[in-house]
Amino acid sequence: MAAELVKIGIEPEVAETIAETFTVSDLTVDREELLAAGIEEYYADDIMNMLGIEVVGEVKPGDIESKVDSSPLPEKIKDELKSKLRAVRKKLTREKLESIIERVEREYENARVEPREAVGIVAAQSIGEPGTQMTLRTFHYAGVGAIYITVGLPRIIEIVDARKKPSTPAMKVRLTEEYASDRHKAGKLAMEIEETHIRDIARVESSTEDMCIWVCPDERELIKRGIEWREVEEKLRSLDMPVEVYRSESGSLGGKFKIYTRDNSYHELLRLEERVSNMLVKGIEGIKRAIVRKSPDGEYMIYTEGSALKKVSRLEGVDFTRTTTNNITEIAEVLGIEAARNMIIDEMMSTLDEQGLDVDARHVTLIADAMTMDGEVKQIGRHGLAGEKSSVLSRAAFEVTVDNLLEAAIHGEIDELKGVTENVIVGQPIKLGTGAVKLVARNFNFNYGESR
Amino acid sequence: MRKMRIKAIKFGLLSPKEIRKMSAVKVITADTYGEDGFPIEMGLVNQQLGVIDPGLRCKTCGGRMGECPGHFGHIELAAPVIHVGYAKLIHRILSATCRKCGRVLLSEEEKRGYLAEIERRREKQVDVDEVVKHIFKEAAKNEVCTYCGEYFSIDAEGLDEELDNKSSVGSELRDRMEERGFSISKDAIMKREIDQKRLFCWSRVPGADSKRLIEFLVQEFELPWVKNARISRKDDKTLVLSSGKHSLEFSLSPKRDRANLILQDGISYEFPVKKEGTELSVYSFRWVIVDTDKIYILRRSIDKLNVYCGERQKQIKYEKPTTYKEIDADGKVRRLMPTDVRERLERIPDEDVKLFGMDPESARPEWMVLTVLPVPPVTARPSITLESGQRSEDDLTHKLVDIIRINQRFMENRDAGAPQLIIEDLWELLQYHVSTYFDNEIPGIPPARHRSGRPLKTMAQRLKGKEGRFRGSLSGKRVNFSARTVISPDPDIEIDEVGVPEEIAKELTVTVNVTERNIQQMKETVRRGKNHPGANYVRRADGRKVKVTELNRETLAEELDIGWKVERHLVDGDIVLFNRQPSLHRLSIMAHYVRVMPGKTFRLNPAVCPPYNADYDGDEMNLHVLQTEEARAEAKILMEVQRNIISPRFGRPIVGGIHDYITGLFMLTRGEKRFNKEEALDILRNIDIEGLGEPAGIMDDGTPYWTGKQIFSVILPPGINLQFRNKVCEKCEERGIRCAREECPREAYVVIRDGRLISGVIDEVGVGSFKGAIIDRIFRTLGEESAKEFIKNASRLAINYILQAGFSFGISDEDIPKDAKEQIRDEIIQEAEKKVDKLIRAYEAGELEALPGRTLEETLELLIMQELGRARDEAGEIAGRYLGIENPGVLMAKSGARGSLLNLTQMAACVGQQLVRGERIRRGYQGRTLPHFQPGDHSADARGFVRSSFKDGLSPAEYFFHAIGGREALVDTAVRTSQSGYFQRRLINALQDLEVKYDGTVRETRDSIVQFKYGEDGIDPAKSVGGKSVDIDGILEEEIGTSA
Repeated sequence: MAAELVKIGIEPEVAETIAETFTVSDLTVDREELLAAGIEEYYADDIMNMLGIEVVGEVKPGDIESKVDSSPLPEKIKDELKSKLRAVRKKLTREKLESIIERVEREYENARVEPREAVGIVAAQSIGEPGTQMTLRTFHYAGVGAIYITVGLPRIIEIVDARKKPSTPAMKVRLTEEYASDRHKAGKLAMEIEETHIRDIARVESSTEDMCIWVCPDERELIKRGIEWREVEEKLRSLDMPVEVYRSESGSLGGKFKIYTRDNSYHELLRLEERVSNMLVKGIEGIKRAIVRKSPDGEYMIYTEGSALKKVSRLEGVDFTRTTTNNITEIAEVLGIEAARNMIIDEMMSTLDEQGLDVDARHVTLIADAMTMDGEVKQIGRHGLAGEKSSVLSRAAFEVTVDNLLEAAIHGEIDELKGVTENVIVGQPIKLGTGAVKLVARNFNFNYGESR
Repeated sequence: MRKMRIKAIKFGLLSPKEIRKMSAVKVITADTYGEDGFPIEMGLVNQQLGVIDPGLRCKTCGGRMGECPGHFGHIELAAPVIHVGYAKLIHRILSATCRKCGRVLLSEEEKRGYLAEIERRREKQVDVDEVVKHIFKEAAKNEVCTYCGEYFSIDAEGLDEELDNKSSVGSELRDRMEERGFSISKDAIMKREIDQKRLFCWSRVPGADSKRLIEFLVQEFELPWVKNARISRKDDKTLVLSSGKHSLEFSLSPKRDRANLILQDGISYEFPVKKEGTELSVYSFRWVIVDTDKIYILRRSIDKLNVYCGERQKQIKYEKPTTYKEIDADGKVRRLMPTDVRERLERIPDEDVKLFGMDPESARPEWMVLTVLPVPPVTARPSITLESGQRSEDDLTHKLVDIIRINQRFMENRDAGAPQLIIEDLWELLQYHVSTYFDNEIPGIPPARHRSGRPLKTMAQRLKGKEGRFRGSLSGKRVNFSARTVISPDPDIEIDEVGVPEEIAKELTVTVNVTERNIQQMKETVRRGKNHPGANYVRRADGRKVKVTELNRETLAEELDIGWKVERHLVDGDIVLFNRQPSLHRLSIMAHYVRVMPGKTFRLNPAVCPPYNADYDGDEMNLHVLQTEEARAEAKILMEVQRNIISPRFGRPIVGGIHDYITGLFMLTRGEKRFNKEEALDILRNIDIEGLGEPAGIMDDGTPYWTGKQIFSVILPPGINLQFRNKVCEKCEERGIRCAREECPREAYVVIRDGRLISGVIDEVGVGSFKGAIIDRIFRTLGEESAKEFIKNASRLAINYILQAGFSFGISDEDIPKDAKEQIRDEIIQEAEKKVDKLIRAYEAGELEALPGRTLEETLELLIMQELGRARDEAGEIAGRYLGIENPGVLMAKSGARGSLLNLTQMAACVGQQLVRGERIRRGYQGRTLPHFQPGDHSADARGFVRSSFKDGLSPAEYFFHAIGGREALVDTAVRTSQSGYFQRRLINALQDLEVKYDGTVRETRDSIVQFKYGEDGIDPAKSVGGKSVDIDGILEEEIGTSA
């Protein structure tokens, strides 16, 4: 590089120093640095000139803001532009600044969708096309070791199907500051959330000899799960059956219960045993497992298998503003349709990301909006969007052909032939994109004899 | 000719009148052709129904085959039959209407309400099914018709005690009713029923819910003044309603289970209420007297007993597929024949029909019971002549023959006065034939079969399914002017070209209008006839089409005149559409320009393979020749390959280098390769360049040299500035090491300044498909033509260089030294196996600690898998040490041309664990995978760990495990394609009608807004830069040579 510098007339010694301290790209970065490195000012200017950067017409700190703010660009782009321009301010000239802003404006304008663009089809293709590249394996350990989550194509299909309950419901429970920083507290909360049945904490045995059921709580489990003897007792008494309590002397938690059946049938006994084992002592119904993990941003949070957003949100320590579930129907019920829409987008995007597929968020947004536009989450398919289309022919061409035609006749339906399929069927241009506009050629006065 | 457009299609039922009106002929003969081979008069293939034989003329319209669309006929059915498709609906309608007067069993008021709701929904184009369903349900509940009965009141005084007696009618009541002329038999039953409940929210009265309270009071207590009453709240439990001289108090009992109504004259009335949350349900009671054939409904108001006597409805039972039975209160069953059903349906007045969501104009309910059957034209059921000269009729014709036969027999028998039983049997048979004529897959009835035993394809079967009329013939149409053949690569044609075999070019034609300007050229074309740039047909000015033959081509060329049309062969430069299935996205069909070539395959530039997802292992593609000027213009503007370089899915190039292209450029630009002038120009031989530029230096022998980077720079357009990190980058900054940028030892930092490659090596990230940073930048700043030019040049350059430098990959390239092999075997794999054994021992001894939320077994499996996974990676690493970047395999993997380091590891070092459903292989024999392992053996060997490399070869057991793992992958792919195919069909169907309107909103066909601004920012992803509307970094790089 030194040779190059010498070529443009810099003294060999100076060139040496420059070559030692800087690489070519550094040189383009900062004039100030050149000065700081002990290079004399006129050399610095020479070097800048060599790189084709003018020193005159310098851009002052406030210039960027005032110039950018006066442009009609959206705020988001303005902010990005400002911060990026600031970083390279020293290399800008007024002229350059203006031409950059002008170019950004132009490119923004160019990037806008054109009216009549069939964005629906493009969105559907953009999500459907990578479908073949997605895995089909239903289960996967997603980050958290113990919780199964449906991923890939089955998950996408599940979202689009607007199922009442996903095949693997799961929640990400965010905690309030106090809990989020304290592993112990978070763990206790997780215990609160996780379903605990009698069978998890006690041995349940039926005795046919005296037609009763023995419930023998395991001390260790009780302590581990922070359940008191009293709670178990209360729970068992709520059965409304005769319960005898035997407390052992040794530990405060030792002992067992004896529960009698009302009528002395084996059938009844077995049923009672079943009922007792399945009694919920603690936790929220539907949450099979709750695990505390550190989130990527360093907070403790709880991942759950099973979902009960409403109940979990009410617990102390839970930051319900950031707590989510992958059950979209549940989100729609608890938080409303807008939240459901956002969740559809989040879930789809993260599922696609996981599979390493790059899909523009706008396509996903469109699908989410189409699914939620009527205020309820609608399926993409026969029982939702496709089944509610106004066109008879389009519905008939999709699924359940005959039924749709019979219905249409009864209702005296009129197909206005506004959509795609209908017009394909009757064989006329589709009213989308270029099919929506008419081109009429007036009688041009062609004089093709003389033009050449 | 003026172009017409179908504006709308209305659906409806055909009325018998309409069927007769549109019928050209009444069909009464079941036979088709007579012995003379001509159609029989009044028969099913009657010449008045249209023509299917060439040479004959239609007796209705006089048209020839192809001109006459065919005409309907009709069959007069001897007795009405139910339309199977509507059998269920008929049942619902029968249950919801009065058996005597045909009115819907709802009050006028209710009807008005429902009709308004239906109207409202129609206007909003929302589904009315929900309301209709509700109407059916509510109406069917009513046991008595309020339209054809009588209504009177009797004095209620002194009846209270009798009314409380719930089982029989008391004498006082009996007397008072008899006074009115209604005698009640001894065994009439009386019951008290909860009549209605009206819900209103107590806390919201007065206010929103006052209306329902008032409605309740008006109806139940006949206090009309309440309608105009002022409501005020006396206290928590009492409301006061007053209007003029009237007033009343409405109060709740302390427990809120009873309500009390006190009128100003002190009369009070108490009734039960029910609390549901904050809402109160108010019940009113009624008494029902059920007599043998009559039913009386008694409703108590303040001082009167209103008696209502109407036709008692019977329960209607529907038996699949087309039988209805009426059941009396005492269980007597009577079958309703279709004639009865039709009579009942006829009685339903038009305004009540609307309650069923039906349009009486286009669908009267009685039309669902057929009296006349339309006979479709013969053109819709053509018969085919077999080789033997025998005619084979269409399935529909067969079915119609059956119908006519039975119909005839039915009439004969009835006229002869046959016993009822026989008539009913024939009726049933007629019903069966008509039913299966409509749908031959009705559950519960045996499908009608052909003589050979094959079920007949009747109406419904013709319409539905993938190959049915809708999906098979209407949504998907067959086209002419298309060709299909195998594709093969040709890097020497442009990316927007397609090589078309001459054979195909001679078959496919473009119609050219002969004008003043092209007449000479066209004459020449016609003169050439079948010889390639010739013509197949000419169309004279009068529309007559003449085939160009060896004999007439000269004369035709002479005769050719302005106004004629020439169907000329496909020639170079014609625009065509090129497509590869599955057409998953719009890039699966793009416009190419024709290059006619020798050979029998379509030739395609390999850079365009990614959008089509094509390769050359036998793929076939389709080609369509555009036939109108509009289509050609549109294809050129919208579908040209270079206009579709950017994928609308993610806003980055999808067209770009693959395989050898990347390898070639990678090798060329890596390091400081030196080329003398001859070498440099040889590499650039078929590329249009302006010059090589200054040499980079002088070689030892005094000749000037150029570097590989310089040669690459020659094809870069000037003015391009760009910096990016390529695939080789090891993300030093993420590991806290400062990025060395230009000085990167791996040449991972690519800097392009003013169209010169300053540093870095070109790989997948630079020119590959799906990534192609350089292609992206050229496309944005200089446009599609430059991008196309660059892709072409880059691919030629890459091929030239790789041809010159040579590149091969063979089995010996996976050779690693013996030491390394031993190290892998003895240190890595044996160690890992030992660790696995240790884990198993720990597990068996019960010393293994389960991971949270895991069972012990799962934990063991997890740990073993981790251990074995690590072993394979380590083995790969050791192998990798011996396979340097100069190894072709490594080179391909690193540059992103093909394969991965994992592939290399498996070839050179160790294949690793085989998985089924993410677990080690466990299936096979009980407790073991193969019989030569001990049951319960969890060791690596026994559960599918393949320690050999592909190069070394697999042991029989390993080979077997590998096959198991491989099979899963195969099955997975097969299942996935069908699943994702259906998924996409649904998505397309749901979203296809959405479009951006001029106001920027996204709307569907009903004009409902889906999005207020497309994608929230109104940016087209296909014009975005990886999703961003403006590539600010890019602009900065372009303008000042660097970005932040």
